[in-house]
Amino acid sequence: MTINGTKVSADVEPRTLLVHFIREQASLKGTNIGCDSSSCGACTVHLNGESAKSCTVLAVQADEQEVTTIEGLADGETLHPMQEAFRDCHALQCGYCTPGMVMAAVSLLDEIPAPTELEVREGLEGNLCRCTGYHNIVKAVLQASGSKS
Amino acid sequence: MIPAAFDYQRADSKEQAISLLSEHGDEAKLLAGGHSLIPLMKYRLAAPGIVVDVGRIDELSYVREEGDHLAIGALTCHREIETNELVLANTGLLAAATKQVGDPQVRHRGTIGGALAHGDPASDIPSAALALRASLVIEGPSGEREVEADDFFTGFLETALEPEELLTEIRVPKLPNSTWSFQKFNRRAQDWAIVGASVLIADNQCGVGLVNMDSKPVRATALEEAIKNGASAEEASELAAEGLEPPSDLNASTEYRSHLARVLTKRGLQESGK
Repeated sequence: MTINGTKVSADVEPRTLLVHFIREQASLKGTNIGCDSSSCGACTVHLNGESAKSCTVLAVQADEQEVTTIEGLADGETLHPMQEAFRDCHALQCGYCTPGMVMAAVSLLDEIPAPTELEVREGLEGNLCRCTGYHNIVKAVLQASGSKS
Repeated sequence: MIPAAFDYQRADSKEQAISLLSEHGDEAKLLAGGHSLIPLMKYRLAAPGIVVDVGRIDELSYVREEGDHLAIGALTCHREIETNELVLANTGLLAAATKQVGDPQVRHRGTIGGALAHGDPASDIPSAALALRASLVIEGPSGEREVEADDFFTGFLETALEPEELLTEIRVPKLPNSTWSFQKFNRRAQDWAIVGASVLIADNQCGVGLVNMDSKPVRATALEEAIKNGASAEEASELAAEGLEPPSDLNASTEYRSHLARVLTKRGLQESGK
């Protein structure tokens, strides 16, 4: 498969989950494992441009497909606008949910470029922040979209 | 959590999928989006010997207008259905129920065929299929057959699908002038419904499919009959749980589920103009 524009190839058991492939075969540790049961969204990556929970995708399902992880968003030293907005708005506390939140938020804006606050909240329903820092996360997504909160 | 070991085969066409199923019988399980099967396998509640991945059979992902109904390919993902203009214009109830499935990540991967073939009484999609009187097209080694949604769900996680058969298409009547409502009661946005209801009113016909109100997806037939006979939303909804055996679990007792069914169907009927 291609991860962040780089071809990654390995022989793995069919039962290998995409999140394990990303963390272990591709050695990209930015994608976190949270609940491991497709509830929390910490493992969210983009599969062919759409957000997906990588704990509920088999690595073989992503064979020959395009995967983007949090490491693939920034352009060199220049942060992705969503990462910039999360930093500006202090949209993280412990930071564990952040990679998944950012990936889900980028996918959300691809589908709804100028969302309302409600659409942001609904669009991030698959991502849990156990610090309960949702307020600033929503603010950051709205800022990145250019919408007024 | 990692699933038990299995062999993996990818089918590139429905013919290949059916031939793999015929070859491996009960040992094989179909994988579409994987958002029902993979969690079950991770919890080791399912341990198929062979997983046949049909997720890339693009010929089974479509929404088409065909006479009096919409033909929806079984591998059409939820996200496509909730945003598809044909679905929104002709069968809004299906779009509304689909929008309530899981969360955006789940809806990017999960498919309508997968959700139906899983036969889960807690799933939102079967209730809409029942309320809409959809029919399901099934293909197997001996050809194609069409089964009404009413006859498709046969028991807890059991359907009319034989081990060597593949669900290929869902046919949903076009009802552009219908009124409808999808009601879902749950604790957190992305959770399964504790109880849910798909309500459809069209040409004086009433369809009500319920979520989590029996061991399989069911219709509220006593309620439907009452509406047909002129009962008000208030009167008819009293019959929502009639003849059903809702489960009792950590989220809700049987009695509470019956109460929720009455409340949700009343709201649904009122929202649909009854």
